[in-house]
Amino acid sequence: MPREVHDYDDIPGTFVFDAERSRQGYGINMFCMSLMKEDNRKAFKANEAEYLKKFNLTPAQTEAILKRDYNRMLELGGNIYFTAKLGATDGHSFRHLAATMTGSTQETYAQMMLDGGRSVEGNRSRSGKGGVGSILGEQGRPKAAKAKAKAKGAAGRSAKVKAKAKPAKSKSKAKR
Amino acid sequence: MARIIAGVASSHVPAIGAAIDNKQTEEPYWKRVFSGFEKSKEWMAQTRPDVAIVVYNDHASAFSVEMVPTFALGCAAEFPPADEGWGPRPVPVVKGHPELASHIAQSVILDEFDLTIVNKMEVDHGLTVPMNLLFGSPKEWPCPVIPLAVNVVLFPPPTGHRCYMLGRAIRKAVESYPEDLRVVVFGTGGMSHQISGPRAGLINKKFDTAFLDNLTKDPKKLTRIPHLEYMREAGAEGIEMVMWLIMRGALDDKVDEIYRFYTVPASNTAVGHIILENRKKAGGKSKVKSKVKRAAVRARTDVRRSK
Repeated sequence: MPREVHDYDDIPGTFVFDAERSRQGYGINMFCMSLMKEDNRKAFKANEAEYLKKFNLTPAQTEAILKRDYNRMLELGGNIYFTAKLGATDGHSFRHLAATMTGSTQETYAQMMLDGGRSVEGNRSRSGKGGVGSILGEQGRPKAAKAKAKAKGAAGRSAKVKAKAKPAKSKSKAKR
Repeated sequence: MARIIAGVASSHVPAIGAAIDNKQTEEPYWKRVFSGFEKSKEWMAQTRPDVAIVVYNDHASAFSVEMVPTFALGCAAEFPPADEGWGPRPVPVVKGHPELASHIAQSVILDEFDLTIVNKMEVDHGLTVPMNLLFGSPKEWPCPVIPLAVNVVLFPPPTGHRCYMLGRAIRKAVESYPEDLRVVVFGTGGMSHQISGPRAGLINKKFDTAFLDNLTKDPKKLTRIPHLEYMREAGAEGIEMVMWLIMRGALDDKVDEIYRFYTVPASNTAVGHIILENRKKAGGKSKVKSKVKRAAVRARTDVRRSK
């Protein structure tokens, strides 16, 4: 059965951990939970493929775990708070994993965060239709006001952030 | 009669906890974050609540995917810090308030909020980091805590409106408790952040600022924000902000904003913090502005408490 389509699938670069992914990814997440125990971490490290046999994983899920393909794990039903335990077993922080998932280097990602993070502008919607008329977000302003805001933003810090975020954005598009 | 006197909202970024535990709070990166909570600690030391209700979410520590309660109320006598993969945080065991907690459970369930009651639970950084930010790092936490764990990990979390209404029901429950207790409610998590997928690193200061503004003056507007908008505008994990609405629902319609702090980033996250006080009813004065007046109220309260 193909995955049910949801309104939030329109958000770029995002795998929402919903009921369907939770059902699919139960094995991934329970594997990750098992890494909370030192003995299990040792057993996993000693023979990763063998250890993974204990969990009900599909070949694609096993491959994603062995390759440490964090985006693929999320797509196949892993949740970040769980997969972060695999990251921790490898000695990596949340920020390290985040940088990895965006496809940037640790330095570039850290600098993007210091510069104010990834801008939501241009990162709202895959179809380009989403996000207009929201309650606190994009208000669907008239074109003139939008152009004015754009011109204003070009001079300041926001423009810098935007420029930095863009490569990451195009990369994320390519990944999807 | 017990009453809710104030609400506090604060991010609960795990890296903040790690910075405290690894004694990095004086490093420039972290000093920027911690300096924003200095006034808050003073406020808390002055306010000295008898009980804190802390709304937070568990991050695959106490609850895995085996059980995912939407609202879980901690009714135990104590809640040890969880081992999140690096050993438990070196923070005191959180002491509960089982009497008030079970009173709240009974009251809100009859008000049609089907809580899960938890009598054994470990608490992770989601709860202990905001406590550090507001109480510092004492040997014992200065007051008992009632943890309220909300599912914001598995989509869908409860709606913002549902959270707000639960806050209302909690307030009603607290106000029907006979003992004279002064209660502060914490809403934790947020603000904008995404830590998963290729869009990780998303921050939306405009959204966060509007959220803070409306939290004080028009929270009902916030209750209408759909999940899609939280995730789109504030990041997939920014949806945690629905928890702030439980805190807000537990306060009066009109509140005084005592303090606010916002900085980007702490690790992957926009740190937001706000303190809201119910307007004092005693003596007909609605606002207590100056420190002197506040001290006077403090003294009166102490007299009452010592009786």
